[in-house]
Amino acid sequence: MSTAIEVAGLRKVYGDKPAVDGLDLEIRTGEVFALLGPNGAGKSTTVEILEGFRQRNGGEVSVLGHDPAHPTREWRERLGIMLQSTSDQFLLTPREAITHMGRLYPNPRSADELLHAVGLDDKADAKPRTLSGGMRRRLDVALALVGRPELVFLDEPTTGFDPEARRQFWSLIESLRDDNITVVLTTHYLDEAEYLADRIAIINAGQVAALDTPGGLRARATDAVVTWRENGEERREVTATPTATLRELLATTEGEIEDLSVVKPSLEDVYFQIIGGAQ
Amino acid sequence: MNRPSWTAIAVDRTRVELKEFFRSKEQMIFIFAFPLIFMALFGAIFGGEEVAQGVSFAQYFLAGMIATGIMNTGFQSLALGLATDRDQDILKRLHGTPLPTTAFFAGRLATALLVSIVQLAALIVLGVVAYDITIPTTADAWLTFTWVFLLGTGASVVLGIAVSSLLRNARAGSAILTPVTLFLQFISGVFIVYSQVPSFLQNVAAVFPLKWLAQGMRSVFLPPEFEVAEVSGSWQHGPTAIIMGVWFVVGTIWAVRSFRWQRPEDK
Repeated sequence: MSTAIEVAGLRKVYGDKPAVDGLDLEIRTGEVFALLGPNGAGKSTTVEILEGFRQRNGGEVSVLGHDPAHPTREWRERLGIMLQSTSDQFLLTPREAITHMGRLYPNPRSADELLHAVGLDDKADAKPRTLSGGMRRRLDVALALVGRPELVFLDEPTTGFDPEARRQFWSLIESLRDDNITVVLTTHYLDEAEYLADRIAIINAGQVAALDTPGGLRARATDAVVTWRENGEERREVTATPTATLRELLATTEGEIEDLSVVKPSLEDVYFQIIGGAQ
Repeated sequence: MNRPSWTAIAVDRTRVELKEFFRSKEQMIFIFAFPLIFMALFGAIFGGEEVAQGVSFAQYFLAGMIATGIMNTGFQSLALGLATDRDQDILKRLHGTPLPTTAFFAGRLATALLVSIVQLAALIVLGVVAYDITIPTTADAWLTFTWVFLLGTGASVVLGIAVSSLLRNARAGSAILTPVTLFLQFISGVFIVYSQVPSFLQNVAAVFPLKWLAQGMRSVFLPPEFEVAEVSGSWQHGPTAIIMGVWFVVGTIWAVRSFRWQRPEDK
């Protein structure tokens, strides 16, 4: 499998404070790759270096076979970038914005196709001021996709979305996977990373603290939580062997066990474990 | 693969910039209404007074307002627009696309030229209708108008781009640029007849392009007899071309070297 992005020993210093401190990463062609991490962990800095917006202080970086420190037009044609920020000073309608942006690329997607893909068909010619925040974000996605990129960066794409809009957005990203487009997603939402990503890197203190599939990350937590009610009192047991706990319970209890549940640890539990453990 | 040509991109950028300009009320008011209102205001206050034999203040002022209009569009409005766009990550967004930097600049320059032409046409019409200004008829005068206009706009635009990179953000930009342009307008023969400006301020004004732009426009719109009333006794076309030309070249180098797509803290 070929690689879309290779990063080795990446360093970025602000003043004398390292924001990225020897980060290694390899992202494969065609995968949806999520970067998770607390604010200030270095994930935005890393992504902006990959996008060719920031200069690094050290390390080797290759994005689609090119060093992003020296962006060229040909390289930019193969990328799609959705920034974290969205402008409220927009003066073009969604259709105009997509059409004009498309004219910068050799083989752009049509505005109609994209507007449909992001669910803005009926807002195609709407005054920009009438678009909601979520609609503008979807327009941002469309703009990132207009040049038929091989690699797309999505920086916190669903911040401020309602649950329904988030679901719609997710299915849009899944359709990208079908086109064999590499997607690099930064997000604060663990459920989003878990749902969309093939692999997740958890960034902490400027390094990759963990890198695995969502299932692999979840499996790192060995303990399960068994809860039930006994004589009206809530009982809770954290155990590496929930089956044994259950067996014991069944042997000692007559009839139904009240409010019985066995909960496997969530990705969130693992996340906090990794973040906490690395600090 | 059919990579769009540089020209096609520059033309399309001009189209985008023009659309955005004509949809932005603040810009429209600043660029179109402001010079007309000033023209009408100064015309009403001083219009009857004569600057020299047969030349009314309104006539003199028209040339100055044309120069100021070119500077407003090319320099002030452009610099503030860029600072705002940088603040809002609009430039960063463009930097993430294959848009060539020079095509982006060309789009801004073409937009400034086209907007200025509309603006100047409005001013000239007002001058003719309200203040008896005669439009020059000789090819010579229009040739002068053309090169003064092009050099003045060119110098304004490259300096506007260069200065925009010094502005930390749009709000600071407005606070810094407005006094600077007002100062230049007062000493460069726009609001005050240049020969009445104290000579040490004339010397300051002579360093900057606005004075030469205004004088060049006077050479087009004032009767030839007025030439002797100029401080130097001449329209000074040679020095005008050289000084604005030097600013254009220096400004271009400065603009290209200092231009930033991103906010200063964002690098």
